Amino acid sequence: MALLEIQNVTRRFGDFTAVDDVSIGIEAGEFFTLLGPSGCGKTTLLRMIAGFDLPDGGQVLLNGEDLADRPPERRPMRMVFQSYALFPHMTVEGNVAFPLQMAKTPAAEIGPKVVAALEDVRLQGLGKRYPHELSGGQKQRVAIGRALVTHPSVLLLDEPLAALDAKLREEMQIELINLQKEVGITFVYVTHDQTEALALSHRIAVMNKGRVEQLDEPSKIYGFPRTRFVADFIGHCNLFSGPVRGRADGVLTLDVPAIGPVRIATRSPLPLGQPGTIALRPEKIRIEAAALADTRDNHYRGTVQELLYMGDVTVYKVGMPGGAQIEALLANSQSGRARFFEVGDTVEVSWPVDAGHFIEE
Amino acid sequence: MARGRGRGLGRWLVSGPPIAYLIVFFAVPSLIMVLASFRTPGEFGGLAPLYEDGHLDLNLESYLRFFEELVYARIFVKSVWYALLTTLFSLGLAYPLAALIARSSKRYRDLLLLLVILPFWSNFLIRIYAWMIILGPNAALAKTVNGVLAWFGHGPVPLLFSSFAVLVCLVYVSLPFMVLPLYANLEKHDPALLEAAQDLGASAWQRFWRITFPLSLPGVYAGAALVFIPALGIFAIPDILGGPEDSLIGNVIKQQFLETRDWPFGSVLSIVLTVAALAIAGLAAWVARGNLGTPSSRREERA
Repeated sequence: MALLEIQNVTRRFGDFTAVDDVSIGIEAGEFFTLLGPSGCGKTTLLRMIAGFDLPDGGQVLLNGEDLADRPPERRPMRMVFQSYALFPHMTVEGNVAFPLQMAKTPAAEIGPKVVAALEDVRLQGLGKRYPHELSGGQKQRVAIGRALVTHPSVLLLDEPLAALDAKLREEMQIELINLQKEVGITFVYVTHDQTEALALSHRIAVMNKGRVEQLDEPSKIYGFPRTRFVADFIGHCNLFSGPVRGRADGVLTLDVPAIGPVRIATRSPLPLGQPGTIALRPEKIRIEAAALADTRDNHYRGTVQELLYMGDVTVYKVGMPGGAQIEALLANSQSGRARFFEVGDTVEVSWPVDAGHFIEE
Repeated sequence: MARGRGRGLGRWLVSGPPIAYLIVFFAVPSLIMVLASFRTPGEFGGLAPLYEDGHLDLNLESYLRFFEELVYARIFVKSVWYALLTTLFSLGLAYPLAALIARSSKRYRDLLLLLVILPFWSNFLIRIYAWMIILGPNAALAKTVNGVLAWFGHGPVPLLFSSFAVLVCLVYVSLPFMVLPLYANLEKHDPALLEAAQDLGASAWQRFWRITFPLSLPGVYAGAALVFIPALGIFAIPDILGGPEDSLIGNVIKQQFLETRDWPFGSVLSIVLTVAALAIAGLAAWVARGNLGTPSSRREERA
């Protein structure tokens, strides 16, 4: 039995089904992420775990106990809000001491516990400050310290890094990973940022339209997306769809409109004529001036239509004669040379048959 | 240079008229009143001549009278007490109302606010006279109260012309002045703070006393000032609804100017009233800064 069991949870707002029959088991000590676009139901699900909202159907169990009758203040879980929700009229210490006071902790124990919590989130010496005297990152740490000071069994985080700038966000991600390892508390993390989810999580549930599309480890989610939605939402992805035209030696051939036949190594038993999709990451594609590909590769000639110089990499959008566009990515690893090709260059794109991932839809 | 001077001129054009208005109609009359408090009352009311027989007639007679005749100090204390009670009762009634309005949906909010300020559309005196009817001996309220009292073997009590009537009407008149600043404050509260407090283990009661109330203190102070200071000087309500024992300092001041026509003594009473109001407000601000409101007032400063 998992620590936190979400069983067939459904939540409707009028005609709109925000969370649709979701079942997830979250293990003790896990860093679990609910990932999805806005409106996918991830925040609604988190609020039902916290107790701010109640499911219309299904149950939320903690250690096997149904939480339906427990209001948020009586659930052994803490939430970190996107806006931090620090009490502006209390100092950092006052904020962190608040849950201890609510739990009727003896006054003599509060001081040391607050100090320890502030150390955990690296805020030593800032205890006397008021929230408005802190930077965004510091506020975030206070919110986390305040939530962790009573050692809850689960910490719920609602897009906690969304308001921070990119560099700080990366630092905080590393700190969150370390903190979660140190305290050993189960984290349930909500985000719409797929790189954040991949970097932080032990497991990710990708949500779309109230349903869980895929629940897996980050590398599986990225490498082996189960649905078109997951492939498209996580990172950049070329999606080639078309009916199955041939099968030989564990390699299917798809008839992709505007590109032509595309081959993919897969064990899928999809019969001929059925539509399938190949998900192919841009970094798996080779791009050359002339044909070098061996016979096991898919290779196509096209013209560079757009390029995006990103510093570390350059993204090329290569137009096919049929009108399709293939996105390829080249690392700018050679010094002194930012671009290999220019818009209008004729190039050869190719990838091995086992570079992509086959989706049966 | 030219631009700077132009901006200075613009600033004077904008802020000049109100400053001039305040000087002419507030500062100068106040100074005249201060001067009058040191003068001698005229034989037939008003003021005796300032220059007489070549010497300036300024004295402390009226001040001495205030401090010697304790009846005035007593009325003063009573007025402060009534104003304090009015403030507390208004706060107690206005807080739930303001909270209700602040939490209702946008559609009803405007309607409810309109209802709060609706009384301002009719005349102040007419509204006070209306209370004479409501509290009158033949009205349902008095009959019910006295009926219940008779049940317990108690004789009938008059509701009208009593300190009860004065207080009820004072609270009634003050209520909107308490509701509006409180609403303005409560409406800005971030609901996430209450959710966070609840998530951190606070009961509804603790959420109110630890989060909502401390954050609403600037609104409480603003409302208290708007209620307390006018209530301290009011004379129409005790005049119309009070009994002989319910005269407040406002009535005495009015009496000195309009009936007894002792302007210097009336001026003394007015000055004492102003000084007392300032002292009490200053004391309240000092207590608040020291003990309760530091963070919220600091927050206000930043905002």
